[in-house]
Amino acid sequence: MRSHTLKILMVIVALAAIAVVVPNTNSFVILLVTRALAFSILVMSLDILLGYTGLASLGQAAYLGVGAYATAIFATKYHFGLGWDFWLVLLMGILLGAALAAVFGLLAIRASGVYFLMITLALGQCVWGLAYRWNSLTGGDNGINLRERPKFGGLDLANEMTFFFLVFGVFVVSLLLMYTLVRSPFGRSLAGIRERELRMQILGYNTWLHKYIAFIIAGGFGGLSGVLWAHTAGIVSPENVVLTTSVDALLMAVLGGAGTLVGGVIGAFIVFGLREFLSTLVPWWQYVLGVVYVATILYLPTGLMGIPERLRQKRAQPDKHGEATGAATLHPAEKRS
Amino acid sequence: MNLNFWVTQTFNGISYGALLFLVGSGLSLIFGVMRIVNLSHGSYFMLGGYVALTVIWTTGSWLLAIPVAALTIAVLGLAMERIFLRQLGFDPLRQVLLTVGFAFLFQQAALDIWSGNNFDINPPAVLSQTISIGGIFLPLYRVFMIAIALAIGLVLWLVMEKTRIGAQVRATVDDAQMARGVGIDTSRISMMIFSLGAFLAALGGVIGGAFLGIYPGLDFEMLPIAFAVVIIGGMGSLGGAAIGALIVGLADNVGKALFPEISYFTLYAPMALILAVKPTGLFGRE
Repeated sequence: MRSHTLKILMVIVALAAIAVVVPNTNSFVILLVTRALAFSILVMSLDILLGYTGLASLGQAAYLGVGAYATAIFATKYHFGLGWDFWLVLLMGILLGAALAAVFGLLAIRASGVYFLMITLALGQCVWGLAYRWNSLTGGDNGINLRERPKFGGLDLANEMTFFFLVFGVFVVSLLLMYTLVRSPFGRSLAGIRERELRMQILGYNTWLHKYIAFIIAGGFGGLSGVLWAHTAGIVSPENVVLTTSVDALLMAVLGGAGTLVGGVIGAFIVFGLREFLSTLVPWWQYVLGVVYVATILYLPTGLMGIPERLRQKRAQPDKHGEATGAATLHPAEKRS
Repeated sequence: MNLNFWVTQTFNGISYGALLFLVGSGLSLIFGVMRIVNLSHGSYFMLGGYVALTVIWTTGSWLLAIPVAALTIAVLGLAMERIFLRQLGFDPLRQVLLTVGFAFLFQQAALDIWSGNNFDINPPAVLSQTISIGGIFLPLYRVFMIAIALAIGLVLWLVMEKTRIGAQVRATVDDAQMARGVGIDTSRISMMIFSLGAFLAALGGVIGGAFLGIYPGLDFEMLPIAFAVVIIGGMGSLGGAAIGALIVGLADNVGKALFPEISYFTLYAPMALILAVKPTGLFGRE
């Protein structure tokens, strides 16, 4: 338990450090961190499915897309959500994401393992197809430009510092909520389903409902991240819902360590950091990303967050490989019977 | 919207389906044998096209480009399976995630080697003609695509159904554990099938490059369509891949012509529905 308190303390220190250091840097870094934080919420929502429930989703960008498109359409077509009503849009983003997940979940939750991965991919592609082709609503390939950020009270979100703190605040609240969720009895049952669904069924749990609810919650957070993303990027386009964005989110979650929430955030920061920083330094930055990622899958199934655990295990039993590192291992698809 | 329209659309759909069969059949076989979805399959398609371009630029021979590109990518697939995927043993999820990593690496490599420009693969003049049948003009190249897909399909079917190795593959698809039990080297089967899948995808890239073009991003555009083929047809089944390819090819063409606003939706929504109702696909084995 002591190491657990230590971990929480480290997260708090890291968050405090972000809140203190980032505002004192240049606008390039502030924007970069804002983007990473907004996207991190999506990655954490994916982690609820991947790391805690054992469902690898390849369509998580759909929920970000719904939130982002709703924000952009309300703002540009109805001039809604640019004042105090921004908070209404935020709420609506969550509800839309959750509603979409509630529909998609009915189709997807039946499947498991690789089948779940494919069905979420197909559903994600449906959303992408609509975003790409439904010109009158979504602006097609060009997307929608958001010309202004919300202004309310004394706050003008066009100011990058103010906006950073807003995103940071929403991020911290999301992290807290999701952390509470995974530590709750409900979260524990999810982990039980991930470990062995049949056992949970025999114990009398309605595993379908558990997974369905987790899916909806993940969708809600996805929608939330979409609202933030729309205002962060200033443009919403099919690029936000395309397959590679879902893949990105999955990559970040796995890189940092699935089943840790914070791991996904670290993954997001690494990927965004490499993309923005390394790309200005060397042309071959994407190889670095690819190699890091491949090496992670091959040698660190528990992701970067699993490194301390592995080191500890190596010290304890130098001859044994760390197989049972607990929460973060990725699981092979349940054998279909 | 006369008869002419429908004949042309159907013909275009079938020829596009022929191309999709090349990509989908490999993906389907890989899934059947290894229980993984290969997310770098779109990359093989794209890389096949690029390698063919290089061969055409250096030798000027389109005919030579086809086997060279397909074999190069087959070797690439072989190496990927042996060196990386095999290491993970039977752990489909990690294997799938690994193929994503490779898809990214391939994307970057393609961008570096062949730049970000769009290219077309120009087939020989003989194939660029159009022929006229009963007043309808048909591009000969599309006829050629259908012929290639038919030939490949026939060979694959003969090998699968009539040879010893085909029987071994079918046994592995049905029950890998049992197949190992009776002495089939499933590791070797996996290697062969993965390599074959890469070969077919690359072949598709060379042939499809003539009318799709070869450009960065083609990989992740092709991937979900190939998925649709495999899912509709059923994973691990060759006949299913053929039917899936036809359905997707036709749906894609007719959908784009009739209701462009929701054409992708009409492609992927049925795919999701089929998956939800019957996860193994329409013609997949339980």
